[in-house]
Amino acid sequence: MDNYLSIFTEYDVPGAFWVNIQLTFWAALGALLLGTVLALLRISPVASFRAIGASYVNLIRNTPLTIIILFGVLALYGQLGFNLGGDFQGNFFRLAVMGLALYHAAFVCEAIRSGVNTVPLGQAEAARAIGLSFLPAAREVILPQAFRGAIVPLGNTLIALIKNSTVAAVGSVATEASSTMKTMIEFRADIVIPIFLTFAVGFVIIVIPVGLLTTWLSKKLAVAR
Amino acid sequence: MRKNRLGAVAAMAAVAALALTSCGGGSGEGDAESIRIGIKFDQPGLGFKDGNNYTGFDVDVAKYVANELGYAEENIEWVSAPSANRETMLQNDQVDMIFATYSITEERNKVVDFAGPYFVAGQDLLVATDSDIASPEDLNGKNLCSVTGSTSAQKVKDNYAENTNLQELPGYAECVTQMGGGTIDAVTTDDIILAGLAAQPAYQGKFKVAGAPFSEENYGVGLPDGTDKCGDINAAITKMIESGAWEEALTANTEGTGYTPNSETNPPELSDTCA
Repeated sequence: MDNYLSIFTEYDVPGAFWVNIQLTFWAALGALLLGTVLALLRISPVASFRAIGASYVNLIRNTPLTIIILFGVLALYGQLGFNLGGDFQGNFFRLAVMGLALYHAAFVCEAIRSGVNTVPLGQAEAARAIGLSFLPAAREVILPQAFRGAIVPLGNTLIALIKNSTVAAVGSVATEASSTMKTMIEFRADIVIPIFLTFAVGFVIIVIPVGLLTTWLSKKLAVAR
Repeated sequence: MRKNRLGAVAAMAAVAALALTSCGGGSGEGDAESIRIGIKFDQPGLGFKDGNNYTGFDVDVAKYVANELGYAEENIEWVSAPSANRETMLQNDQVDMIFATYSITEERNKVVDFAGPYFVAGQDLLVATDSDIASPEDLNGKNLCSVTGSTSAQKVKDNYAENTNLQELPGYAECVTQMGGGTIDAVTTDDIILAGLAAQPAYQGKFKVAGAPFSEENYGVGLPDGTDKCGDINAAITKMIESGAWEEALTANTEGTGYTPNSETNPPELSDTCA
């Protein structure tokens, strides 16, 4: 037991999870903004906008996240010298956030679009009838109801994002949980399974509250029709 | 209808269970006449899967040892043994022995046994041919690359972290690609791994091993805990060294890189017990 507990003094396990939470926070913010814009494109009355939204979603949703993150580090930074600022390690963190946000934006877009489908057509017609054009109608009438209907799929995307943040390991973010786990396994081969379980339990502890919160929110905010 | 659906679910569960069990054991059961050897599949010059051929120094030593133990080359079943899986593969009887740049350490020795060492590597630097970096002291302000979670990366963090920028990537191939792109000044890990990378046709003449090793890694043969094969394997390795086949394999796998192993520690002296 002492043997096992020593890994917590040798390695900064909570610190590793904190990096994942930071990655998740910034990526979720970016994905929500971009995803909302994409959803607007996909429901817009202009055919070419719809095509742009649909192309983005189909292209990004079907590309493995590992490839997107590796592309950021190996191609954008490695070959093209693309730098997002910050110090040497900070640049990798930002590139990873960018990759995570771009990838999950496609899923956020689809979650919001499913929310839009819960809004009765009459709402849109009424909004247009009182003289609102597309954007004001979306902002004042459609999206507020759509978000309230999309809380569960958005929560699912957030849960996926939390766990996917470990893919940042391939993007040279070496302080996050899965990289730390790899280092620990390299040096403490005698307790591989306890180390693995520690990280599995860590993610369960982070993810369960998010699941409970989204279920509670979706009930509280559901639009009564 | 309901019954059909239940049937479909049961069928799916059965298929999933089959798939899982076949993952766990099926492929691992070798018959008595073959031997399962774990190697790296992705390290040119050491353990490398090139189409259906396996090449590299680890592979050559493994073939020689297997031959001495009475297994001809066609009876060897090569298994991919990535760094993080090596102990588990030995504990779960998925391989009989491992030749995969496997450094003998105290922690690992608690759960597996080691024969050997068959080579003593040292952490070194791979740099561009025209680079003026010759030792870790020249790394001030330079960008360095190593593999996430590796011993080499940790050593750099512990000893040289204040002055150098360390980038960690999933594999050495990615590090070398980065160096080709110009954002990385040096790649660090064991010298023989670096020599193998530099010997690849695509990088011929572009990179060199600095030649100032700053650690000692004893590459051993990983065996299940409590094995009785250490003596035979060590005798085979000694025979390989004395017959000159060891030297030959080493030269063939690092040709054209100007790399010579640390002659103070190589070829290693072997005892007839487990390391």
